[in-house]
Amino acid sequence: MPVRLLIKAITLPNFLRRVIKYSPMKTPADARQHPNRAEFIAGSLNELPLLLGVFPFGMIYGVLATQALMPVAAAQGMSAIVFAGSAQFLSTQLIAQDAPSLVLIGTIFIINLRHALYSASLLPYTRHLSLKWKALLAYFLTDEAYVVAIAHYDDPETSLERKHWYFLGAGVTLWAGWQLSTAAGIFLGAQVPAAWSLDFALALTFIALVVPALKDRPAVAAAVTAGLIALVTYALPYKLWLLAAAFGGILAGLACEELCKRSG
Amino acid sequence: MQTIWLTLAGAGLLTYLTRLSFMGLLQHWQMPDLLRRALRFVPPAVLSAIIFPDLLMRNGSIAFSLDNYRLLAGVIAALVGWRTRSILWTIASGMAALYLLQWLALSL
Repeated sequence: MPVRLLIKAITLPNFLRRVIKYSPMKTPADARQHPNRAEFIAGSLNELPLLLGVFPFGMIYGVLATQALMPVAAAQGMSAIVFAGSAQFLSTQLIAQDAPSLVLIGTIFIINLRHALYSASLLPYTRHLSLKWKALLAYFLTDEAYVVAIAHYDDPETSLERKHWYFLGAGVTLWAGWQLSTAAGIFLGAQVPAAWSLDFALALTFIALVVPALKDRPAVAAAVTAGLIALVTYALPYKLWLLAAAFGGILAGLACEELCKRSG
Repeated sequence: MQTIWLTLAGAGLLTYLTRLSFMGLLQHWQMPDLLRRALRFVPPAVLSAIIFPDLLMRNGSIAFSLDNYRLLAGVIAALVGWRTRSILWTIASGMAALYLLQWLALSL
């Protein structure tokens, strides 16, 4: 399988690549006796700076979930069960609009489809692990844990043998931050006035994520087509606009790629 | 009440299987070339499908005008995001622009 191409296909904001790098070898004292623990701690420490960005998102999600009248347990449960910020953000909007369950599930699936790319890029690094380990790591395979883990995996200077502990450290730290910030947001929920327009942070987050992804003409074609289809189909029943727009955009991207190939 | 938990379970399971996919379940599966190429367009398509209505729709109709502050603030945020490549700066500038425009509209 052309894993290299897949890795290239993944677009990440550059600043996320510049994570502060704690080396597992530099963690103090008992690093030699407990190399697994050293990896875990290093992964955890390198995840911490990203929590700065994650914490406000978690809180905003909690607030929006409360404003969408989700029961408290379900709002918090979603952070544990789905564990995917952008999908959870959009879900609060769909829940507020009374979208049917199947549309909600399909929409969350489409938004999280990018995680399959992360999974593919980790394949060469996780081959030696047991299925139990892979099943565990898959749960933590979020955007923010992935960027930290892949930076360590891509470092050829260190041995691959124990890096899954590093990944686990990053993942557990992110998980704890996400659950805590969700809880804080739910707690604040009722006190945050709708006039603060916190829901606008959702669109802004997605703008920040989409800009670096627009790196060639087919990607721009996919984005513009999807956006226009979303506008046209927004009023359709069952809130199917996102699914329609996503498929239309992907087709437009593929078509544009074909045309570029022929003309170039 | 029950439905929300069933929905969460379904969405959670699909998300989990997506994450496990190539790492654990499909290690030996040769992905069709078309699917591999299509996956690249998932992020730009999905993200802008969410952004466009958020910026351009007001109360169910398209609002392409200068008094649509979300549109203006979104464009400013996109420019900042393009220059800085920073998620935090993009959000901060967009929120600041929205608040500023709303405040100006109130005081003018």
